[in-house]
Amino acid sequence: MRINRKKRNEYLWGYAMIAPVTLGLIAFYFYPFFQVIFDSFYKIGSFDRRLGFVGIDNYTKMLADKEMWQTLMNTFQYVIIIVPLTVVFSMLIAVLLNKKVKGLSIFRVIYFLPAITMAAAISMVWRWIFNGDYGILNGLIGTFGLDPVQWLNSKQTALFCICCVAIWSNTGYYMIILLAGIQGISRGYYEAAEIDGATGFQKFKKITLPLLSPTLFYVVIMIIISTFQTFDGIYLMISTKSNAIKHTQSVVMYFYRTAFEHSNKGYASAIAVMLFLIIMGITIFQMKMQKKWVNYE
Amino acid sequence: MPIKKKTWFSKTLIYIVLIVGAFVALFPFIWMILTSIKSTSEAMIIPPTIFPKQIRIDNYTLITTKLPFFKIYLNTIVSAVVTVAAQLVFCSMAAYAFARIQFPGRNIIFITILAVLMVPGTFFILPQYRMMYSMGLLNTIPALFLPNLFSAMGKFLLIQFFLSLPQELEDAAYIDGCNRGRVFISIMLPLIKPGLVSLGILTFKFAWNDLMWPLIVNTSTDKMTLSAALSYLQGQYVTDYPGVMAGAIMSVVPIIVIFAIFQKQFIEGVAHTGIKG
Repeated sequence: MRINRKKRNEYLWGYAMIAPVTLGLIAFYFYPFFQVIFDSFYKIGSFDRRLGFVGIDNYTKMLADKEMWQTLMNTFQYVIIIVPLTVVFSMLIAVLLNKKVKGLSIFRVIYFLPAITMAAAISMVWRWIFNGDYGILNGLIGTFGLDPVQWLNSKQTALFCICCVAIWSNTGYYMIILLAGIQGISRGYYEAAEIDGATGFQKFKKITLPLLSPTLFYVVIMIIISTFQTFDGIYLMISTKSNAIKHTQSVVMYFYRTAFEHSNKGYASAIAVMLFLIIMGITIFQMKMQKKWVNYE
Repeated sequence: MPIKKKTWFSKTLIYIVLIVGAFVALFPFIWMILTSIKSTSEAMIIPPTIFPKQIRIDNYTLITTKLPFFKIYLNTIVSAVVTVAAQLVFCSMAAYAFARIQFPGRNIIFITILAVLMVPGTFFILPQYRMMYSMGLLNTIPALFLPNLFSAMGKFLLIQFFLSLPQELEDAAYIDGCNRGRVFISIMLPLIKPGLVSLGILTFKFAWNDLMWPLIVNTSTDKMTLSAALSYLQGQYVTDYPGVMAGAIMSVVPIIVIFAIFQKQFIEGVAHTGIKG
């Protein structure tokens, strides 16, 4: 079949323009993707040398690994605490900001500020606030006559601190998404409800909430996915020498420690594969649900 | 009138909640600034003082003696700027081609790239690290940005913008004898400027704040980025919180300035991802 010159020229433009990204992605993402899966069946020694094929040993080890189970347990606790609180706070602020308040743009900027700031910098100040000896939080509870607490070093409180910082950091981000969703709801529904004499709460429950449910669902899924991958806050605030680390680490934190502190990259690869499968599962679930979840509008 | 009284009351309540919330959002920043101008000994008074008795700004200069701070600053700027520039160029080219040009294999390549988005970023880190090691790039500046130059995410963001432009716009240019490259650069790119700005600032934010990757590839202090340097500082000078706070403030100032300039695009960019999602 003869392709005419114009068409061939067109193809060339297409290939040339996608070439940089496609080749870059192949080199730095596709090739590594298969490498990780491959590595998860190997024992890997120093300087990343493969020391031998171990079959599914890394995976069976994971099933018996108490620290792994504790890590999943931590993640479960994070999800249970962080998801509802972040959703409630960001929803509350979004609804209030939607009420034609003065200084809307200033509030929006202030609430969004934590979401753009470097986690490393922010974790430093939180670490200082939670400091067991000189922190202002202990100073504050001290004025009520309470004893100082080693917030970040004790396994009872460290997880709670990480949750606080995560909620503080992300509320503004999800608030923006929810606010955009609320603003996308047609005024007509509210006007009709007002004619029928609906109260503010009724309007929220019967109009805002159902029409916002696809956005809410998206936000919940995003928070769950990001919780599995929390790294910065835990790495920066919890000392790996402390007992609290086992009770606060996320899957990605455990992956990092396995790979770079225990230099066990074969096992770390298996953890990465497991993380990938979990996230893929959540994403597929999200896509399936989203198709069903038709917006009523 | 009772109704008016009620709305006045609820309005006040709304402002109280919003202001308390804003204070919570801002408090760590305020505390960071207040701590950074205290002396180390004042920072360790129990109970803590709120405002410094004596203002000390030498924490800001002292940090440059503990770390090659200017070098680190420069590394972070270089890494972020190169990442942003490369992503804008590469992603806009690819997005245009996928949105507008018909070529064999287009759909299959498109879907394969889409799959990358399903994989968490950390998944690729070990082989990427090994690549840097075997190329002899560990502890160099290119190691900081090399894998981040290519992004599937950025491409998808821009495709939306190209698809929203009318085809007639291009057709007129072809009749005038322009080729694809010419149309792309002088007609299409200027029209998707909002998309480029969104992608640019989101990428800048990511590159500026990223921690794990710079942490593992560059371990010598003069090749670090600010994120990694702060965590290093924290590990080395455990008790010098005012110094660490000064470093933290200097690290967040650029991103806050950029946010202040582009806040509208920032917020729209984020809102956009949610609505689409």
